[in-house]
Amino acid sequence: MDQIKCKCGHANPVGTMLCESCGRPLELEIKGEASFPDMRYEGMARRSQTYSRTIIDRIWNYFSSVKVAIGIIVILLVASAIGTVFPQQQYIPVPAPTEPDVARFYTDTYGKLGTIYYTLGFHNMYSSWWFVTLLVALGTSLVICSLDRVVPLYKALSKPRVNQHKSFLKGQKFYGEAELSPETDTAALVEAASAALRKRGYRIFRNDQAMMAEKGRFSRWGPYINHIGLIIFLLGVLLRNVPGFYLDEFVWVREGQTVAIPDTPYYVKNVQYHTEYWKEEEMAQELDLKGGAIVKSYQTDAILYLNKNADLPGSTPDLVEIKSGPIVVNHPMEHEGLALYQTGVQEMQLGALNFVLVDKKAGNKEVGPIKLDLYNVSAEQQVAEGVKVRVLDYFPDFVMGKDGKPATQTNLPKNPMFALEVVSEEDNTSEKLVYLSGSVITGKEDSRYTLDFKMPDLIDISGLMVRKDKAVPLIYFGSFIFMVGVAMGFFWQHRRIWLQFHGTRVMLAGHTNKNWYGLKQEAGSMIEQVKLPITIEDKSKA
Amino acid sequence: MDKKNRTYIRVAILGVLLAALVFAVYTSFVKDPNAVKVGREAPNFSLEQLNGSAVTLSDYRGKGVILNFWGTWCEPCKKEMPDLQRQYEAYKDKGLVVLGVNIGESPVTVEPFTKQFGITFPILMDKQSEITKLYRIVPIPSTFFIDPDGKVKEIFLGPLNEDMITEKVAKILPK
Amino acid sequence: MQLVQLSDWLLDIAFVLYVLASIVFVVAMTGKNWAGRDPKQHELKYGRIAYWLALIGFIAQTGYVVFRWVAGGHSPTSNMFEFMAFLDYCIILAYLIIYRIYKLTVIGAFVLPLGVIMLAYSYVFPKEITPLIPALQSYWLHIHVTTAALGEGILAVGFAAGLMYLVRTVPQDVATKSTYWLEIVLAVVMMLAGFIGMESTFSRLDHKTVFELSKEQLNFQGEMEKMKVEYTLPAIVAPEGSKIVQAGPMAPLFTAPSWMEGKDAARKLNTMIWSVISGLVLYGALRLILRKRLGAAMQPAVKDIDPELIDEISYRAISIGYPVFTLGALIFAMIWAEEAWGRFWGWDPKEVWALIVWLFYSAYLHLRLSRGWIGAKSAWMSVIGFVIILITLVVVNLVIAGLHSYAGV
Repeated sequence: MDQIKCKCGHANPVGTMLCESCGRPLELEIKGEASFPDMRYEGMARRSQTYSRTIIDRIWNYFSSVKVAIGIIVILLVASAIGTVFPQQQYIPVPAPTEPDVARFYTDTYGKLGTIYYTLGFHNMYSSWWFVTLLVALGTSLVICSLDRVVPLYKALSKPRVNQHKSFLKGQKFYGEAELSPETDTAALVEAASAALRKRGYRIFRNDQAMMAEKGRFSRWGPYINHIGLIIFLLGVLLRNVPGFYLDEFVWVREGQTVAIPDTPYYVKNVQYHTEYWKEEEMAQELDLKGGAIVKSYQTDAILYLNKNADLPGSTPDLVEIKSGPIVVNHPMEHEGLALYQTGVQEMQLGALNFVLVDKKAGNKEVGPIKLDLYNVSAEQQVAEGVKVRVLDYFPDFVMGKDGKPATQTNLPKNPMFALEVVSEEDNTSEKLVYLSGSVITGKEDSRYTLDFKMPDLIDISGLMVRKDKAVPLIYFGSFIFMVGVAMGFFWQHRRIWLQFHGTRVMLAGHTNKNWYGLKQEAGSMIEQVKLPITIEDKSKA
Repeated sequence: MDKKNRTYIRVAILGVLLAALVFAVYTSFVKDPNAVKVGREAPNFSLEQLNGSAVTLSDYRGKGVILNFWGTWCEPCKKEMPDLQRQYEAYKDKGLVVLGVNIGESPVTVEPFTKQFGITFPILMDKQSEITKLYRIVPIPSTFFIDPDGKVKEIFLGPLNEDMITEKVAKILPK
Repeated sequence: MQLVQLSDWLLDIAFVLYVLASIVFVVAMTGKNWAGRDPKQHELKYGRIAYWLALIGFIAQTGYVVFRWVAGGHSPTSNMFEFMAFLDYCIILAYLIIYRIYKLTVIGAFVLPLGVIMLAYSYVFPKEITPLIPALQSYWLHIHVTTAALGEGILAVGFAAGLMYLVRTVPQDVATKSTYWLEIVLAVVMMLAGFIGMESTFSRLDHKTVFELSKEQLNFQGEMEKMKVEYTLPAIVAPEGSKIVQAGPMAPLFTAPSWMEGKDAARKLNTMIWSVISGLVLYGALRLILRKRLGAAMQPAVKDIDPELIDEISYRAISIGYPVFTLGALIFAMIWAEEAWGRFWGWDPKEVWALIVWLFYSAYLHLRLSRGWIGAKSAWMSVIGFVIILITLVVVNLVIAGLHSYAGV
């Protein structure tokens, strides 16, 4: 019932194009000469064409269709393009910490279209459930299409047919036949043709009356190998979602500071940060930079530590140095799959304020230096013998609150304000001073002390990205397999030439999956060499 | 090939692919597998208090814990401070602990602030914002209500008022 | 210093030779039927001259690449000028390879003019050798960009052959959808030519229009100042919320929509509008002179070429270019991205468009190999594919800001 019977009596599965037993094109009888079976799978039935009874079979058949695969590719292509119309959320240029901020950004910047874009979720397109589903569907299609085709193709190619059916040869695009004089030694001709083709790298299968020459069969496996590569690649992408496989963090580290890298037992210290610019003599050409300069390198000299006490976050770390050296753009610091990248910098930031305490009553005598570290303020410091300075209050980012009291806007020292108390132990007096935005306010009109400004400590804050991606080797491996597959499939071709003698008639046919030009040249030179009286007819399919 | 066999193989392959789909879609929704969630155990940590002694979260097993992340620059935090303090006083004998985690400020800033509000519950100094990152704090105040078993009962983002605190405290007090 | 000058001269020489080669190729194809000539002989003779001109041009351009590389200390692929010139180099290289295989004169008649346009386009961008910024200081710059350009160059030959196939086979006796779209493709090529013509003319005339924007930026002296935008072309579109500081040849007609990204958005839009206008004028003029469709005018020159052979050439070029493109524009790009940014893929617009090109050619190959799309369908796809490549190279750089934005026009 599910079978096609060939004239020779063999029953073939549905979808078979060339009889499995005698090689006669089966469809020829039905549709006539014009629709010669295509040679993609050597006329074998693809497996999915064979049965479709259960739901499982139907799903299988659906994904085994190349038409469906192309559909998935096209949808992915269009969706990807739409995702670049406006920036994705991760690339929007202004900070938008909450969802309403994000929504507002798209509406304000791109108007009505932006609102629609946001509402449809296109601002996070590539991680949306449907895009992910499409990628998995592509993977499914890759697996099933390949399995469905590679098995029958393997069966067909592993036992090449020397005696192809006459109508098979006649149906080839590349075909010629001729009448030979009766005294021709056909066996010698076969021998000569074999020798000629063997020289060109063909493998010969023959008997006395027929020959098949084959070259580059392995290129037929190219598509399957590249698809395996893609499957491995997609598997790698999927694996990154397994907890522990992928880490993406960012830390700001001040010069001299050691910070914990979130979600890892590591700490990193910024020993020193440095930006270098190209010098004029290093440039190949004189450039008009309008007073600017071109950066040569962003470099953080860093030390990576392992915290032996990492089991309890927040507890005093027990650090062991693991690695030290520079971190430069394009040259991350790496340790066991963890990599630190130079990604940002805030240069010349206030680190500490420097003053000299001046005693006005003693003829503006300098009492001693005061250092106020903005990130680690000590509550009290000895300025000189018998003179102490206490920090009563510190507002790193001063603002006058609505209630009329001083307050801070953030915890970053953008606009530091200090309330200080100078305590003189010798006469047991104290005096209050306030520092704010480059000026000193004293408590009393005729105060004894004031502050002289010195150059503040300026520091660079380096932004380091921390990444770990355990799936990368798998992804590279998949890419490599893919390249091997496409190279096999596209840079080589599977060429076959058949030569048959039927009494005094000689028939020659050739087939290649690409580069007919090359095949014609090779077959042509063979014909010339062996002096076969055949001219190839050019059957244009166009 | 045997028809039954073929069906089994197809079922197996499709099953694997379906599992891949479920996993892929699931992980596209769950962005951060390490995030603190209601029902899960609150990640343990240890921090120094304003007065210098260290405190470990797991020391408070058997007590209900309000873990509040705050900073002096945050107006709503200021507003809820007195309420937290009152609740602390009301329930501390019934097994409630309030831990105020200050985000990356120096003691000279924090101390006058706590004095101004008369705060007596432990103030923990998260100097490097390590614990703030561990708990994935974005807006402040953020408050975690942790039950006597150390599990997170509720996470509240934004300022709390006294009634809300009372209602939530009831859920985490030891029985 | 000397080396830079030498490399510039060599590039100019290459350009002139490509122009000459294009002209001779066209003569070889169109002059066949001139009175008193043997068509075969004519094509052979002029075809060979043109091929040699192209080859010498290629050698000159090789000299340019080598000397500029030595002078600059890095591969000449680090800004828009260098990249476009290098892409052009790859197109010519791909042409020479394909010609060695198929020995078909007509390929040059299509590829060389494309090469001329691409090289002329590169001349529009600033030509100085600038030292590399930190992000580009990696040997992957050489590997990734050169391989990607080579892949794109080979695919461009696939496009040229596809276009040739269409000119050869689309019936021109009646107006159809096919003739219509073919004319559009040719008009787009005219727009590119129009843009190059406008840009180089006006940059010599120095009729600048300068706008001052309402936005401020820090200048090199560390002071805030209003941003300024300079138009080389006459202004049709003004930036939003700007005022004219230096008036140009005409007053702007309207303002750019505010959602367009970046300070140069309006200028880019202005350039785009001029390109379309000049391209249409050029196209219209040609139609008036020829009094028929451009496709119809070109057809006689290619009528004795075997369409099946051109179809195979187009497919061959694409099947060679596709793996090279994949390697250069995706795999090497991923490895570099992993080293520079710690992620092999980040959905940056440029990355996405490289993926789109790849997906498109994947669809092309599947349709061709599995669904029997050969001939016209396949030729149309090779044309569309190249348009997508151009979008990736030009539009994404100039319109959508991203990690890859070079200083552009």
